Amino acid sequence: MPIHDQGYRRYGGDKAPRGQAWMVIARNGIRHMLGKRAFLGLLLLSWFPFFVRAVQIYAAANLPQAAFLAPTPETFRQFLDQQQIFVFFVTVYVGAGLIANDRRANALQIYLSKPLTRSEYVFGKLAILMTFLLIVTWLPAIVLLIVQLAFAGNFTFLRNNIFLFPAITVFAFIQVTLVATAMLALSSLSNSSRYVGILYSAVIFFTQAIYGVLFAVTRSTSFSWISFPANLAQIGDVIFRLPPKYETPWLVSLLVIAGVIAASGLVLERRVRGVEIVT
Amino acid sequence: MAETGSVAPVVTLDTVTVMYGRNAALRDVTAAFAGGAVGLLGPNGAGKSTMIKSLLGFVAPDRGQMRVLGLDVARSPLEIRARVGYMPETDGHIPGMNAVSFVAYCGELAGLPRVDAMQRAHEVLFYVGLGEARYRNVETYSTGMKQRIKLAQALVHDPDLLFLDEPTNGMDPKGRDEMLDLVRDLAHNKGVNLILSSHLLPDVEYTCDDVVVMHKGRIATAGPIDALKQPRGRVYELRVKTPSGEIEPFIELLRARGLECHATDEDVMRVFVPGDGGARDLFALAAAERVQVRHLRPSVPTLEDVFANAVGEQ
Repeated sequence: MPIHDQGYRRYGGDKAPRGQAWMVIARNGIRHMLGKRAFLGLLLLSWFPFFVRAVQIYAAANLPQAAFLAPTPETFRQFLDQQQIFVFFVTVYVGAGLIANDRRANALQIYLSKPLTRSEYVFGKLAILMTFLLIVTWLPAIVLLIVQLAFAGNFTFLRNNIFLFPAITVFAFIQVTLVATAMLALSSLSNSSRYVGILYSAVIFFTQAIYGVLFAVTRSTSFSWISFPANLAQIGDVIFRLPPKYETPWLVSLLVIAGVIAASGLVLERRVRGVEIVT
Repeated sequence: MAETGSVAPVVTLDTVTVMYGRNAALRDVTAAFAGGAVGLLGPNGAGKSTMIKSLLGFVAPDRGQMRVLGLDVARSPLEIRARVGYMPETDGHIPGMNAVSFVAYCGELAGLPRVDAMQRAHEVLFYVGLGEARYRNVETYSTGMKQRIKLAQALVHDPDLLFLDEPTNGMDPKGRDEMLDLVRDLAHNKGVNLILSSHLLPDVEYTCDDVVVMHKGRIATAGPIDALKQPRGRVYELRVKTPSGEIEPFIELLRARGLECHATDEDVMRVFVPGDGGARDLFALAAAERVQVRHLRPSVPTLEDVFANAVGEQ
């Protein structure tokens, strides 16, 4: 008889309560992405504008001749605007393969044969993308606000602009939720992450191009609701108490954003299944 | 009700119908699967995979009720999935992972703590014979290795019931034997209940004690394999030469006289002779038709005979 049988043994330990599988998916996905050097480079690059703004705030606080650089609420709005390019690249890099790769490898049947719901699966995948997008948008904006406090040495700016923290938070979350759900829905439509990336880029640029053409023809910005980025910009201006850039009522822009999120949810509901039935 | 064994059933289906559009994949299926190893046997398209997917909650039945390990599939799918392991028919893995990470990840998804999941992943990978290859990316695995890792991910959380969907698909003979030994060991030595879906009779006969035979979405027959193989007559291998050179008329005659007959080779047929007459009846029929019996050998009933009888295969 062997001293230790290296065969199959029954498991006698505890199991985690249900409802935590999404955290396993999210943790694993985040760890996987952080293991990629190119992606780490992209994340570092996305913080470059933060450092530029931090230097601006430092100079405005410490050098009298640079007082004209003093931050205003618009500074933070502009900062979030600048981050949009990184939002785009991070979304494509992280999001395109989130479900597409699982579909390619038939992983959905593996996932959904475990004790987790389809919602948990989607939420876990969303959490991966949203975490990185918040690292690119919300986190640097909030740290920038803290940097402003630290360099100013008083709370005057924050007291005068008390809405900034909720404004940054609300806008960043609307942006991130919209982008992440839309990308996840597109990712569930294909088995090829490359194709999903192209599709997402096409949606962004195509809607913007259509709006551009309509603007050129009508000389009116009331068609801005067609454009993905324009809707976000419109909502951002309202949240940051700035005059809106477009004629489209902000409520319409908000409805379009809510509609895109709802449609994405619908697509995910139909596409994320343990078995695909073709009748 | 089609029932296997005398042990309390681990899976029951009560008039279950599953439709894919207008096509019925399962038609009013009522069955009970006993504990231990049960084979789910049937030709391609019989409804075996659909039944397993329905039991996992992937496919909602149009009618009927199903219970797994005493739990209602419609009401407690997550509780059921926490206690069952599923080895799918098609290749499936999480992209970009090596074997040990993949299996540990599956363990975590099933609720194991991270450390335990990792420890069990190593153990299970050794058990299925992938110990040396456990740090290789799963995408570089051969077909046989992919089959093994699918078994490993189904086992990692120590399920009470395993669903194995065509576990030997695409494996070479040696790998196939090893996989069947693993399945047999799990059922007979490790106390894991399992349902093995296969269209390969020898696989089911080697690993299982009971069988449920499916055909065109219905249960054709079910029960302990030994009991189903009990002869209610005698089976012979028979080769004949007829005056005309055609054996079809003779086969038709045998069938007309109530003897089940199906060809196994070019000119050899298996004949089931009911009652006590045995070879004497065969010789008498052959003599009456002036047919020469060139070869007659008593044979043992196999699962193939049970299957052929059940699905009415000629």
